[in-house]
Amino acid sequence: MKILGIDTSSMATSVAVLEDNKLICEYTINTKKTHSQKLMPMIENMLNISDININEIDVIAVCEGPGSFTGLRIGMATAKAIAHVNKLPIVGINSVEILAGNMNLCDKNICSILDAQRTKVYMGQYKFENNELIEIKNVDVVEIDELIEELSNSNEEWILVGEAVYKYEDKLRLVDNIHIPAPSHNVSKGSSLGSLAMNKYNKNIGVYDCYNINPIYIRKSQAEVEYEEKMKRLNDGK
Amino acid sequence: MKDIITLAVESSCDETAVAVLKNGREILSNVINTQIELHKKFGGVVPEVASRKHIENIDAVLEEALTEANITLNDIDHIAVTYGPGLAGALLVGLSHAKALAFTLNKPLVGVNHIEGHVSANYIEHKDLKPPFITLIVSGGHTHLVEVKDYGEYEILGRTRDDASGEAFDKIARAMGLGYPGGPIIDRLAKQGNKNAIDFPRAFLDDGYDFSFSGLKSSALNYLNAKKMKNEEIVVEDVCASFQEAAVDVLSKKAIKAAKEKGYDIIALAGGVASNSALREKITELGKENNIDIKYPPLILCTDNAAMIGCAGYYNFINGRIHDMSLNAVPNLKIGDR
Ligand SMILES: [Zn+2]
Repeated sequence: MKILGIDTSSMATSVAVLEDNKLICEYTINTKKTHSQKLMPMIENMLNISDININEIDVIAVCEGPGSFTGLRIGMATAKAIAHVNKLPIVGINSVEILAGNMNLCDKNICSILDAQRTKVYMGQYKFENNELIEIKNVDVVEIDELIEELSNSNEEWILVGEAVYKYEDKLRLVDNIHIPAPSHNVSKGSSLGSLAMNKYNKNIGVYDCYNINPIYIRKSQAEVEYEEKMKRLNDGK
Repeated sequence: MKDIITLAVESSCDETAVAVLKNGREILSNVINTQIELHKKFGGVVPEVASRKHIENIDAVLEEALTEANITLNDIDHIAVTYGPGLAGALLVGLSHAKALAFTLNKPLVGVNHIEGHVSANYIEHKDLKPPFITLIVSGGHTHLVEVKDYGEYEILGRTRDDASGEAFDKIARAMGLGYPGGPIIDRLAKQGNKNAIDFPRAFLDDGYDFSFSGLKSSALNYLNAKKMKNEEIVVEDVCASFQEAAVDVLSKKAIKAAKEKGYDIIALAGGVASNSALREKITELGKENNIDIKYPPLILCTDNAAMIGCAGYYNFINGRIHDMSLNAVPNLKIGDR
């Protein structure tokens, strides 16, 4: 069974094909060029060089979020269209889980972060137990300072993983029980996504089709937030 | 000759649309999923809200278009998709989807300029219409006077220097608390009003082909403010009729002038404001006086739709203008640019 993984949740675009337990190919580009310019040429090139026809793919795995709103939709629209044509299942994987998956079998606690603009990050906390990734804290959007405070006050050792670690590197380096892994672990990877998806697909968890999978944004759009605030003010004023 | 089947996708603003066409001008299906209701409470299109809706709906809209056309994806000869102008986030949903469709189906991808799509809506309705002709493109985002030299070949004669005509309609409607979208509401109320009640200014800008609607807009807003200050009654219908008359007067006269000076006997209207009844009447009347044939698409093809994108895409396709997988959205794409 071949699975195509697509991750466009942060700046890096990453795609991979896994066949059962083997990684066949992976392509990651971590530059500012848009996902729209990178993603399809990367899939096209990677499959070409690997002698894989898109019609050989059995399952599509896609990062469902949270992350860059537009980035998520580019990956999701691509996944949906491929799945639509070939009537394939789509497995959705959380962006923070994918990053945690980069730290496979690590014995420390793992906290994945993605930039959520200004001083906020999307965050999820995980741990490997008996070869399985276990969620300690559900994905959420938090202030980076509050997160650092929380982790530094815990009695555990933490690996902080994700592109966003570089944005806050100066602060993070000051905390003894927070560790930053090598650069190769700090980008979302199609291979990590693919492995997690393979596992979920075999257990039939988080399996969708092109009609019912959608990005998980965690946050409302600014216009909706403002609208709700306005409505609340009007109601409170009464 | 074998029929050419076009699958077209459009998501540049607040409509998720997919259409199937045969040989460029025959609609097999034209499915439009509009989000107008969703954006009403915000008083205008919210790009992020629109983009979220597009990704939720696009596959269902596609499937409906295929079912209605009674074809399968394998029957398609090429994919046409809007890549600009429009809202970046919204465009990227349809574009990313269409690119992956084209790749998986191994069919050519044709990126289409949304405005060229609006112009092409006329080809669908008027089966013997052929370039060259003059087109007046009027919508919420655009006001252009363009010479259509050939299929896919355009020369911009004039454009708005400030607000688009449809934008001015929306702003005036909002100032009077009439709701969104403003154009159709003003059109409807204007029918019960006196178009000569208020003498709003017309900007002819030294008689070139450019437009300006900010003066008209300010004048209408000042009028409404002054009335409110003096606590005088505002006859909404008269304001609508007079405002609309001033706008369509300039639009019509400039288009006629362009046709006469450039030696054309056809003017085709395009864009959302092309559905405005006063504009259609006014320009048709002036057209008769000047022996100029006025064409416009039916209402359903004036709003954003994918059939018009498919028609423009068909002519690009048969003329060999296709794109590769690196095609990106161009939010401020100009007509005629590639
Ligand atoms: Zn339009």
